[in-house]
Amino acid sequence: MARRHGARLFLLFLLAAVAAAAQTPSDKIAVGSKNFTENTLLAEVMAQLIEGNTDLEVERKTSLGGTLVAFTALREGEVDLYPEYTGTGWSAVLKREDRATDSLTTYLHVADEYQKRFDVSWLRPFGFSNSYAVAVYEETAERLGLRRISDLAEHRDELRAGWSIEFTNREDGLLGLDKAYGLDIADTRSMEHTLAYEAIRRGRIDLTDAYTTDGKLLRFPVRILEDDRGFFPPYHAAPIVRSDTLERHPELEDLLNRLAGSLPDERMQRLNFEVEENGRPFADVARAFLVEEGVLAGDESEAAAEESPRGSRGFGAFLVERLPETAELIGEHLFLTCVAVALAILLAVPAGILLTRKEALTGPILGIAGMIQTIPSLALLAFMIPIPLLGLGVRSAIVALFLYALLPILRNTYTGIKEVDSDVVEASRGMGLYDRQILWRVQLPLAMPTIMAGIRTSTVISIGVATLAAFIGAGGLGEPIATGLYLNDTQLILAGAIPAALLAIAADFLLGRVEKALRPFEAP
Amino acid sequence: MDHPTPMIELKEVRKVFGSRGTEVVAVDSMSLRVEEGETVCLIGTSGSGKTTALKMVNRLVEPTSGRILVGGRDVCETDVIRLRRSMGYVIQKGGLFPHLKVARNVGLLCELEGWSRKDVRRRVEELLELVNLPPAEFAERFPHELSGGQQQRVGVARALALDPAIVLMDEPFGALDPITRTQLHKEFATLEEKVKKTILLVTHDLSEAFELADRVAVMDGGRLLQIGTEEELRQQPADEFVARFVGSHSPGGGHG
Repeated sequence: MARRHGARLFLLFLLAAVAAAAQTPSDKIAVGSKNFTENTLLAEVMAQLIEGNTDLEVERKTSLGGTLVAFTALREGEVDLYPEYTGTGWSAVLKREDRATDSLTTYLHVADEYQKRFDVSWLRPFGFSNSYAVAVYEETAERLGLRRISDLAEHRDELRAGWSIEFTNREDGLLGLDKAYGLDIADTRSMEHTLAYEAIRRGRIDLTDAYTTDGKLLRFPVRILEDDRGFFPPYHAAPIVRSDTLERHPELEDLLNRLAGSLPDERMQRLNFEVEENGRPFADVARAFLVEEGVLAGDESEAAAEESPRGSRGFGAFLVERLPETAELIGEHLFLTCVAVALAILLAVPAGILLTRKEALTGPILGIAGMIQTIPSLALLAFMIPIPLLGLGVRSAIVALFLYALLPILRNTYTGIKEVDSDVVEASRGMGLYDRQILWRVQLPLAMPTIMAGIRTSTVISIGVATLAAFIGAGGLGEPIATGLYLNDTQLILAGAIPAALLAIAADFLLGRVEKALRPFEAP
Repeated sequence: MDHPTPMIELKEVRKVFGSRGTEVVAVDSMSLRVEEGETVCLIGTSGSGKTTALKMVNRLVEPTSGRILVGGRDVCETDVIRLRRSMGYVIQKGGLFPHLKVARNVGLLCELEGWSRKDVRRRVEELLELVNLPPAEFAERFPHELSGGQQQRVGVARALALDPAIVLMDEPFGALDPITRTQLHKEFATLEEKVKKTILLVTHDLSEAFELADRVAVMDGGRLLQIGTEEELRQQPADEFVARFVGSHSPGGGHG
């Protein structure tokens, strides 16, 4: 009876926990965005609009790592709304293989399907279409006389293409483009978008994909080729909102629709440029825009005179200036790492010991732990979001890091104990030690340096992987790296990367010392 | 020698390793009596079953059939930990705990038995004196700081910690160089006189067996062929194998 009672209590507790996790406080709105400038800027615009015109509290969850993460977060209620593009909805989410051609049809179809399938509403588009475009290095375009995308085919052997990774893999990107235009350029590689821009700016590649509203286009020596076969689908951006959020706060729909059509291509490009190239903070640019639109009460004096802190600063001074923030990020980073590794130790050490006694399990268990490690970090982080009680943020990051940390500790505990001289174990058994005494007095002390080496490896890996936690909103030193990547701001990237690297080195060094101190005797 | 209850007695003991189809008979219908205070050497080539026979006495190996009695009690009915602590166990190279100093190696069982720190220390010193390792010099050393012979002495001291009536030794001098081995053989004889234990010792070295044992048990293919003194084995070998085995020994010359 007591046991059944306990089980029922546990079930009740579980239900309560799930219910608590599922329920978002009703006076709080979470605005999300993907991790690139335009999306983040639009999110900031919406966030300030809501803050300025309602009593709702707004939580910003920007820098979500791509469409997969952002859309999952929306469906799971981790965010209430974020800016999405019709073309992305069409191909990446609805998986339509045919080409979207007409803007209006695309919008209506996507809006309809989202409502039916996901209970998500598309509000009115902001105006611009941030479509894909093919950008050519100006000099190359001049030399070869390139104006239209179809011009590329005859020069396929002399062009060097560097596409962004996402573009390369999308049906509405390179896959379809190649089919539509028969491009088949010989020298093709894919790289991170910011790096592709950097490469084309220096003339290292001739071709890359661009977004039509990209602020950087204003500055780069590139020519946008005409999409003469109308291949690229329209990418009209609009707020997409969970329907239950709209039911709770119907006023949001009208409010957000005030932004409809307010951002034609050039204006969006201009705003992107303000952030990316002039280094103005998102909040300032968003605010200035809203005030100009007349949807936010303005305080003219502060909005006008924003001077770029970037460009003129020295890196040293920049780092010093960021010191308090960096310290805080290091704190977050260490917290994620330490909790994850501590949990991994609690599970993997006993499990490793168990494996030495149940040999049949060793292969499968080590296999599973090894398989987890091969899952790309960002994907593993994304998998965590839909799991109840995890969601977007710290808990998901900790679980993902924990899973990564398991293998080295598990493997080293297992080998460490296995490698203890079998004569010594046999002698202790023959002397009359209990199994637990053999474990605690003989095997564990002798295996400790090996186990510690596993913990050390796990910690260093975790510190590295934790830089990706920023993509699901868990903070840490990945934040400046993520932001720096889409702002093309090397200093900001380094402001995250250098402390992260130092942290890893320091952890490695300190745990190395611990490992040495735990070595029970100096080997002859 | 006739004694009502032998210290160790094996009755028709059989040990089969492996599962059906791949069975290997390690020990077959072996019977043996070791009287109190007696030293018996089990000798044979590798694979003769001598080590398996030894390990069945302290239940590191469980017999497939037959009975093993220690002090008249069936070992399978005795608590295995109590059984093992009632007999010392010495293996080749000592099997010392590399992370513990000599004193803790020797005193570990006393420690686990809950002796006071003072008693443990006194016992350790006594034992180290007994095996000719002055405690002042050796107690605080790690095993790897000792020579092979010294390690083996620590192994013996450790086996004697709880003053067991029986000591099982598995090739205790096998890994030592000939000079050290001769030295330890002499010490072993002296020690035996001092402590009066019942000793079952496994070796593959005939000269060692004849030198240390009261009786020698010759094994081959899992069977005990003959047990007797050196003289008995030499003069009335039970069969061809024993004759050849004993005859292969050239008196006076040790071989490894």
